[in-house]
Amino acid sequence: MTRALPVLTVLMLIVALWYAGAVWLNSTWVYDQAQRVGTSVTLAEVIPQTMTQTRPLLPPPHQVAAELWKGVAGQKVTSKRSLVYHGYVTFRGTMMGFALGIVLGVGLAMAIVRYRVMELSVMPWAIISQTIPIVALAPMILTVSNQIGVENREIPKAIIAAYLSFFPVLVSMVKGLRAPDAMQLDLLCTYGASDAQTFRKLRLPASMPYFFASLKVVVAAALIGTIVGELPTGAIEGLGARMLIGSQFGEPLIMWAALFAAAILAGGLILLVGLIERLARARMGAPA
Amino acid sequence: MKDTQTTVRPVIEAKGLNLVFQTGDGPVHALKDVNLTIGKGEFVSFIGPSGCGKTTFLRCIAALEHPTGGTLTVNGMTPDQARQSRAYGYVFQAAGLYPWRTIAGNVKLPLEIMGFSKADQEARVRKVLELVELSGFAARYPWQLSGGMQQRASIARALAFDADILLMDEPFGALDEIVRDRLNEELLKLWARTQKTIGFVTHSIPEAVYLSTKIVVMSPRPGRITDIIDSPLPRDRPLDIRDSKEFIDIAHRVREGLRAGHGDD
Repeated sequence: MTRALPVLTVLMLIVALWYAGAVWLNSTWVYDQAQRVGTSVTLAEVIPQTMTQTRPLLPPPHQVAAELWKGVAGQKVTSKRSLVYHGYVTFRGTMMGFALGIVLGVGLAMAIVRYRVMELSVMPWAIISQTIPIVALAPMILTVSNQIGVENREIPKAIIAAYLSFFPVLVSMVKGLRAPDAMQLDLLCTYGASDAQTFRKLRLPASMPYFFASLKVVVAAALIGTIVGELPTGAIEGLGARMLIGSQFGEPLIMWAALFAAAILAGGLILLVGLIERLARARMGAPA
Repeated sequence: MKDTQTTVRPVIEAKGLNLVFQTGDGPVHALKDVNLTIGKGEFVSFIGPSGCGKTTFLRCIAALEHPTGGTLTVNGMTPDQARQSRAYGYVFQAAGLYPWRTIAGNVKLPLEIMGFSKADQEARVRKVLELVELSGFAARYPWQLSGGMQQRASIARALAFDADILLMDEPFGALDEIVRDRLNEELLKLWARTQKTIGFVTHSIPEAVYLSTKIVVMSPRPGRITDIIDSPLPRDRPLDIRDSKEFIDIAHRVREGLRAGHGDD
């Protein structure tokens, strides 16, 4: 309870500010309407009218919640209007990008730790790759994969997600695989251990805390990458496409509901990664 | 007859050993003209101030450093060959146990790397944990053990593959004096039971005198041997032998040797 109190306080504050913002932004429309018909309205009359508009500038929380509920529970999960359906498409893309990013990041980190020349040749490019805005790159990846005949829309999405997620894994794993000190390495040397044995018995397990620390960042990055990958070129599935539709057709409620669905998905993914980390830590004998 | 043969043949023999490190500030003479013979079953301590090359010499025996001059043989082989034939176990100043492995898992590490069979691994782990009196802690993780117990586990790990030689680099340096006394006593018992040849680096005079059959006094710049003392103390040594006149005499000679080495500072 004592831990929930500060969280709840902040939440209440955010909701209050949100309502205030909704009243402020949506009232413009109410005043305009009143002016058009030549009447004047008092603030007490304005406030209720800011809460129920069909196309508000800033939808108040209860409208977003209702739209979200409608999207999740209001229809069959296979419906094109179901947020569960779109959420699942985005989740699938995120997981593919996440897995691809981990494989790429860990693979590059292994090569960099093993071969010095890899560090000099690959690391600068890995850093430069992260300075290119993903929104600029995503359409190109989609177009190119279309040009070379990749029919499956999931693949360019996964590539975009992996593009964002490999880097944190790479940086953490380079650090993690180098975590064992000289004494640890000398000890294995006295056993006549091979490089492969040193990697498997020492470097890899020693890197696990670094790996898991990066995963929480990476899973969120993969989700963002997937949504960005769903935005351009008229994608029709996924939370990103849903946001785009809401924006293009002037349906802010759809956009906001999709946004919150994405946030909830991100939260769930981070909790899941945290759970896996806890299980792994317990298996590796860390104090509870 | 076999006995006389093994006692005569040296286990470790260094002749005119030199090691020069090339550093940014020019060459550093870590070891200069080191001559030393260690027989089977001896307990040899290396003592001296930092930079005297005592650790470097131990690392040369373990083929972790490679001498730039002279010859060094371990069991009649080069240090590299000796490593391949599992001639020695090495104990570092820090226990260096893997936090993700249990105590048994840590002791098993060298056995896994050297490819012992599963059944053999289990049997050996049980045996050496018994030897260092940690049988009840096989399933614990390192963080659940005290510093002294962790260091005992690391000794068990070095003994697991049954090397003839045990090389110890200030193994008790990070422990408090009470724990250190007890571990010294236990180490002597272990040595008596296993008949290992032990090379032991320390910066403590009482520790060196209490443990050793031979004390090698070294001094820095360049790293060299200034005195080799064969201890007249009996092999069976209770802790209170440290109050005997013989003990104090040897300690005095070690101290003199250390002081002489420092003369040019």
